[in-house]
Amino acid sequence: MIIQTPDPVLEVHDLTVSYARKPVLWGIDFTLPAGSITGIVGPNGAGKSTLLKAIMGLIPLSSGYVKLFGEPLDTVRNRISYVPQRESVDWDFPVSVLDVVLMGRYGKMGLLGNPGRHDRDMALHCLEKVGMSAFAKRQISQLSGGQQQRVFLARALAQEADFYFMDEPFAGVDAATEQAIIDLLKDMAAAHKTIVVVHHDLQSARTYFDWIVLLNMRLVAAGPTEQVFTEVLVQQAYGGRLNLLSQVGDLMEKREFPAREN
Amino acid sequence: MENFLTFFSFSDPNVRYVVLGTILLSASAAMVGSFILLQKKALVGDAVAHSVLPGICAAFLFSGTKSIPLMLLGAFTTGWLALVAIDYLTAHSKIKKDAAIGLVLSVFFGTGIVMMTYIQQSGNAAQSGLDHFIFGKAAALVGSDLLVFSILAMVILITVSLFFKTFALIAFDRAFAQALGYPVRRLDLLLTSLTVLAVVTGITAVGVVLMAAMLITPPAAARYWTDNIRRMVLIAVLFGTFAGLAGAYISYVAPAMPTGPWMVVVSSLIAFFSFFFAPRRGIVPKLYRQRKNQRVIAEENAMKVFYHLGEQGGNFTGQHNLQALMGQRDMGAANLRAALHRLQAKGWVTVQHGQWSLTDDGVGKAAKVVRLHRLWELYLTQYMAIAADHVHDDAETIEHILTPELERELEHQLGYPDKDPHDTEIPKG
Repeated sequence: MIIQTPDPVLEVHDLTVSYARKPVLWGIDFTLPAGSITGIVGPNGAGKSTLLKAIMGLIPLSSGYVKLFGEPLDTVRNRISYVPQRESVDWDFPVSVLDVVLMGRYGKMGLLGNPGRHDRDMALHCLEKVGMSAFAKRQISQLSGGQQQRVFLARALAQEADFYFMDEPFAGVDAATEQAIIDLLKDMAAAHKTIVVVHHDLQSARTYFDWIVLLNMRLVAAGPTEQVFTEVLVQQAYGGRLNLLSQVGDLMEKREFPAREN
Repeated sequence: MENFLTFFSFSDPNVRYVVLGTILLSASAAMVGSFILLQKKALVGDAVAHSVLPGICAAFLFSGTKSIPLMLLGAFTTGWLALVAIDYLTAHSKIKKDAAIGLVLSVFFGTGIVMMTYIQQSGNAAQSGLDHFIFGKAAALVGSDLLVFSILAMVILITVSLFFKTFALIAFDRAFAQALGYPVRRLDLLLTSLTVLAVVTGITAVGVVLMAAMLITPPAAARYWTDNIRRMVLIAVLFGTFAGLAGAYISYVAPAMPTGPWMVVVSSLIAFFSFFFAPRRGIVPKLYRQRKNQRVIAEENAMKVFYHLGEQGGNFTGQHNLQALMGQRDMGAANLRAALHRLQAKGWVTVQHGQWSLTDDGVGKAAKVVRLHRLWELYLTQYMAIAADHVHDDAETIEHILTPELERELEHQLGYPDKDPHDTEIPKG
């Protein structure tokens, strides 16, 4: 079941993504409304993070296209923020918390520019919003998992974007941080920001998100939570046997077949 | 000593050339190397350094003279080819990255050595000194060649300074840089070109075999001294410069000595020193901190012995001989005696005719340790539902590290208790 929205801020059209010729996402097609908090939900290996990376142009598409605010990504990049998975970076890197948050300002200053007074104030303000002001000067290796996630969130806030893509922001964080993050996301949505979150906990998904994308290599459902987050559809995403789909994928990898004929 | 003065007075123009050349090359190599290290591409640097040799030889075979600009061009070309080969092998074959690096390095370097041997046996008089490109000879840095190297080094220093922020971001969080719309692939290309350039800058003075060490060792040592990337690069540049100068000096004093290996030896010594003695990360300060912890534990345990004996006898400043103290808690006679002497120096215990006792200050200190022990036991039974007979060992450790803030927090959470789980009294703070 796919419920489309009029005036979407995100349009994913017939998107297929392959790793080494093996399709991991098949024909994904959905739209999202402005000011929504969307959860991308599905079992392990469903391609949730891959979908986010494909939307952000971090991996090549085998087919389809993505439009943000009705435009291709490159023309609206400064309105988009991406929060990678916490584990994707080396937290022993020799930078301070403030340095990391300042990276959120880099998009506004070009390749050779350097952060100024205003950027610094902005970064400190964002650290305050996530309750990490006291840690500004700390080296990042001294942070706990929850604190690392807050720093990433502060960096995203410093981008002053309209659209936020977050990869597993609740993975491995303490309960207090989880609550602080969800409160912040709700404030942002109230200010008409659109937020997409990769999430793997079914229990909290219902209360956290007002829009759900159910994924398992293909799109199972997309739409308002109360309409698509049903037992039947969740069962389809989690329990449905997709053996055939992965077998065809394996075959394409083995025979070095293209995802599209031309 | 005379040599030392001649060298460091810089009155000899040759010395000036050599010193300027080595400083510029070591500094630029350390700067590029910092980012190679942070991007975890150290081995690639090594492969590039070895791969410039066939380019140098090819340039010589082509021109028949030791034309520095032409050799640089040749070196740059094969260094680049090596990088492309590594990337191609990794992306399009079953060969993994480490194997690809090893393969490319040995194939290119092997070819280079074959070419060099051929040149040396060809009887061409101009070839003499070509072998310096393998292990380096700072003295060969003269006049117009130096100008070329200096310009290259300046190009590297300026480019890296301009792109500092950008290279740091890519090293830390590549996906984020890509999402910002940074041309990450082209910036990778830029950094690898700078790497090749840094290697090329060092071929006369350091030689191709050891140039990788000048890229990687100074930043690796610098990482031990700071958690700030700007300071790290600065320290790496200083270390590199020092090693470069030392190498140049040694080969000036002993002309038979090759410069490159000496630079590497000196920068390795700096790295070893950092590894052992850097204040926070070094091994020796770590051991010192552990030893200090052991001493605190022994002292606090000794004071607890007095306190427990005091509780039994009703007199906290009572006198006890070593045997009585050992009877209460066997912590090893030597260990106990050493701890008592340290406590005496602090004024917390006194001794008269072999009889030890707590001073008034000492009673307070001892009570505090016992109090932390019992508070922690209570916390474990109340909040973590651990049985009263299982909490003692845990509290034995925790009592030594609880800070006054944690103590207050503990008291507050437990509601200012007076009895521990074994129903003994908790001394007041």
